Amino acid sequence: MTHVTETPERTALTMLFPRVEDDPVSYRRLALGAMGYARAYERSGIQPGEVVVLVLQHSLDLVYGFYGAILYGAIPSIMPFLTEKLLPERYQEEMRSLIAITGPAAMVTSPEFEGLVRGAVSAGDSVRAVILSNEAAPEMELVPALLGGLKRSPADIVLLQHSSGTTGLQKGVALSHQAVLNQLESYKRAIHLTEDDVLVSWLPLYHDMGLIAGFIMPILNRVPLVIMSPFDWVRAPYRLMQAVTKYRGTLTWLPNFAYNFCATKIRERDLEGVDLSSWRAVINCSEPMRWESHQLFAEKFSRYGLRPEALATCYAMAENVFAVTQGGIDGPVTVDEIDQKAFITRREAIPAAAPVETIKMLSAGRPVAQTKVQIVDEKTRHPLPERQIGEIALLSDCMLTGYYRRDDLTQKAFHKGWYLTGDLGYMVNGEVYVAGRKKDLIIVGGKNIYPQDLEMLANQVSGVHPGRAVAFGVFNADMGTEDVVIVAEADSEDPEERQKIADAIRLHVNRGSDVVLRDVQVVGPKWLIKTSSGKIARGANRDRYLKEFADA
Amino acid sequence: MSDDTIQILAKHISEKILKKPNRVIAPDAAIISSGLIDSFHLVDLAVFIEEKFNVRIDDSELTADTFDTLTQLAELIKERSH
Repeated sequence: MTHVTETPERTALTMLFPRVEDDPVSYRRLALGAMGYARAYERSGIQPGEVVVLVLQHSLDLVYGFYGAILYGAIPSIMPFLTEKLLPERYQEEMRSLIAITGPAAMVTSPEFEGLVRGAVSAGDSVRAVILSNEAAPEMELVPALLGGLKRSPADIVLLQHSSGTTGLQKGVALSHQAVLNQLESYKRAIHLTEDDVLVSWLPLYHDMGLIAGFIMPILNRVPLVIMSPFDWVRAPYRLMQAVTKYRGTLTWLPNFAYNFCATKIRERDLEGVDLSSWRAVINCSEPMRWESHQLFAEKFSRYGLRPEALATCYAMAENVFAVTQGGIDGPVTVDEIDQKAFITRREAIPAAAPVETIKMLSAGRPVAQTKVQIVDEKTRHPLPERQIGEIALLSDCMLTGYYRRDDLTQKAFHKGWYLTGDLGYMVNGEVYVAGRKKDLIIVGGKNIYPQDLEMLANQVSGVHPGRAVAFGVFNADMGTEDVVIVAEADSEDPEERQKIADAIRLHVNRGSDVVLRDVQVVGPKWLIKTSSGKIARGANRDRYLKEFADA
Repeated sequence: MSDDTIQILAKHISEKILKKPNRVIAPDAAIISSGLIDSFHLVDLAVFIEEKFNVRIDDSELTADTFDTLTQLAELIKERSH
């Protein structure tokens, strides 16, 4: 709030929209816009400490609605917005399950979405108000009575973070005021953030990287933010480069696939006049980081002023608010070239060089201040020596309070105070290398996808043996991210009939989850491998798929 | 001309985007709304069309509303090649 009184006219953020003139928003305007929402929350009888779910497109209303909730003292949660492909009925179902678990007092949406949101609300649930964006006009001045957020105690929950999909929406990461402030303090130091920085982002605000690094951190630190919608960026990735040029951007966070995407999908003519020399750090984060992706990006953009030493890395998760480690800021990212065979067969990271097959691992850097990282044995949970691959565990002053209203999940996630990340990795000289995942989570372009959600959808397709479908990720080196594959069992031997079932699975999964499947294979009964306890073994089926179908 | 365009587009999609050269894509089959092509690859398709046919498809047009089948896409290319 001091920024509003000390530097009211300074630009807080500029939201870019295609074919619309850029419209910078000052701290004063941001505060008054947020006050408008705080007023709307008050009118609807929302109490500080209650949850409000924001179902809004990437827009100033989303920004105001979010900060309005925080200033008012309510707990905002941004629900990933409905996309073109996802079925509205399916989205509504997801919203219902979010409401059932999170228990929000209000839903905030735009008039076009009122019907959809009201349809998800039912008598007897927690929702007392559906607030529309056109009912929240900016206030003319600051209203101290609406600033309940300033009276919240440090241990109170400030916000919830959900990822998309049925499973993700049932698992809200609850973060306290203190945790968020502690993370920002540590992370600022790790990246040497100053008011001379300019942050350029296209990341969605419901995701930790977009929300914390690409939204809350710059605004709270008087770092001008230039922000565009992920939907616009994916259709016109060159807009990111043009925005960095125009605003002399210094910092950007990207998931690994974006390095490949920008390097291969931007036409030269869209880069006329582009100058990326102001970029001091382009930080790879939120999915496995690839040395090859950094090479591609550097080759393409060094001609446009990109300094290779600007390429940086970060290991982050919502459960630690954001960053766990940071690399590539105080020197180039360390590359650890290891023996591929020892890595796969013995779970060890042994330094190696040609002629043996090697993998170039990118270091995620060192833990940020007040965060400790340990590599532990997956079963015994004892710490492992350097270069041995195990589960990454962390202990910090910015961990989640818990999964909101999910004590069952919260208890499982901790061991003696340490948060077990489910990620696999190893350490060398105090630097962390992320080497895979214990859980079956699939990450596509930085977005978490739970295979069980996709399998549930595949099982609904007629012709598929119920319970006989498996979903998994397969790394695609061209894309720099994972492809999603489903294998399902059916009785039919007829290739045409099988193709029909495969197409039906593809359509149903896409409309039910927004995930585009790279491949669907329909196979005969008993093809799928089960574990001794009768569950479908995703890893084993993935290996079988790769053997039988990878080149088909 | 239109049939040739459809053939060229179908070949590019099955070979380069789907990496399934044997996959047949019918001219009137939905390719976007059916979940066959994702948004990452729409840009790819636009770049290909520009290089091959010298027709520019604006990024705002990369949605199922503008085209969803090869016939519609070929039609769009034809309209703009004059």
